[in-house]
Amino acid sequence: MKNKPIEHIINREETVIAIHGLYKSFGELNVLNGIDLRLYRGENIAVLGKSGSGKSVLIKIIAGLLKPDQGEVIVLGKQVDQLQGKEMDALRLHIGFSFQNSALYDSMNVYQNLAFPLTMNIKNLSRKQVDYAVEEALDAVGLKDKIKELPAELSGGQRKRIGIARTLILKPEIMLYDEPTAGLDPISCAEINALIIEVQQRYKTSSVIITHDLTCAKNTCDRIAMLIDGKFFKVGKFDEIFSSDNKQVKDFFTYNFIQ
Amino acid sequence: MDSYLEGYYKGYRFCLRFFKEAFIPPFHWREIINQCFEVGLKSLSLITLTGFIVGIVFTKQSRPSLETFGAVSWLPSLIGIAIVRALGPLVTALICAGKVGSSISAELGSMKVTEQIEAMEVSAINPFKYLVVSRVLATTISVPILALYCSFIGLLGSYYNVYSEEATSLAIFYKNAFSNISFLDIFSSSVKSIVYGFTIGIIGCYKGYYASQGTRGVGKATNQAVVLSMFLIFFEEVVIVQIVNWIRYF
Repeated sequence: MKNKPIEHIINREETVIAIHGLYKSFGELNVLNGIDLRLYRGENIAVLGKSGSGKSVLIKIIAGLLKPDQGEVIVLGKQVDQLQGKEMDALRLHIGFSFQNSALYDSMNVYQNLAFPLTMNIKNLSRKQVDYAVEEALDAVGLKDKIKELPAELSGGQRKRIGIARTLILKPEIMLYDEPTAGLDPISCAEINALIIEVQQRYKTSSVIITHDLTCAKNTCDRIAMLIDGKFFKVGKFDEIFSSDNKQVKDFFTYNFIQ
Repeated sequence: MDSYLEGYYKGYRFCLRFFKEAFIPPFHWREIINQCFEVGLKSLSLITLTGFIVGIVFTKQSRPSLETFGAVSWLPSLIGIAIVRALGPLVTALICAGKVGSSISAELGSMKVTEQIEAMEVSAINPFKYLVVSRVLATTISVPILALYCSFIGLLGSYYNVYSEEATSLAIFYKNAFSNISFLDIFSSSVKSIVYGFTIGIIGCYKGYYASQGTRGVGKATNQAVVLSMFLIFFEEVVIVQIVNWIRYF
């Protein structure tokens, strides 16, 4: 991988996401049992864990899509669960969310998918300005030639990249990736991993990457947070987690293939 | 029992939210016009065909009974009252519940299960205002216009049948048909259609917006939207007729 995360762009003085004592359950099922996490400006952090371990729930809470049962989630200095309406919208303009299944609007073509969040949030933009912004975002993901295509005409990897471009159009400070490489072939995975790093460098974003793909975590992230039984077993460099003696961590790594 | 009550409460909250959001800017005029086009123009051919057939069939069925009493000359008035007061709005509403209500529910349901609604939320776009308010307003505006059109076409169908038997002129037929129709009839018909349009839109959106369990859930939501809309349309018909009759006679 030629693009490795650059340590020097991380500003450890500035926390963009701070999570303290986060709990979330659905009925009888306790998903998150006291999560603590800090994401620094410019940093990429991967949240690893088994399917159903609550990784996606965590980023949905960060994005304000779910309310926590207990605990504090502070994003860019704002306590997310206390925000409503316009305050929440204002914060969300600084957060990009890449969905596991891309969540592209089926009825719109690629241009419309990208222009939609822009024109809905920034009024009085000229057609030329919208065109420029769309082309710039598509250029960032390398899919300028797909501008007129419908989501149904794109491959899985292309849909993911268009999904990322749609979030980039609003120039977010924080990127939340939900399983960015899930269901993709190894070449598309490598392209997405390179894109995550490209986004970090070009847009100076800080990112939380939810994945169970160790290659993605190793190649794109500065730190890894290992989620076990609703808690972070350990947050640290990839090698620190990898060398852990914990049986569940060892099993997780053993059954994954590291490129 | 608890889940039923919870469902009613959720539905009530959904309606309240609609009224709250419908009157607060920003207004998505372009989307409302798009949806009016979707609801109105795309239902036009079906409404034309159904309205025309209803007019012919109702005239054919009524003629023998009126002939028994030597009252065939009352046929246009009878048809006029039946179509303008009841059949036009009701047939339109039932067609729209099947065609438009199901399509709204399926569309929002698919958007829900494929996280497109959440994608709007995280892009700082209010999905309720953009998707729900625009669709409910579109059905509330379009259904009364379609009902009026359906009544007109129904009368045309009826005239076609009358003309084949008696060679009456269109002007005389329409004059007779409207001779017993009051302002209250047209007003109540319009109000009824507005209520039906709102019901179709809000039920379709509610069922789609809360769809879950993947594609199976979307199918279930679509089915429930059609059944519930049709049930409510008949229920509303009974209630509105009672109110209008009360106004007419007192």
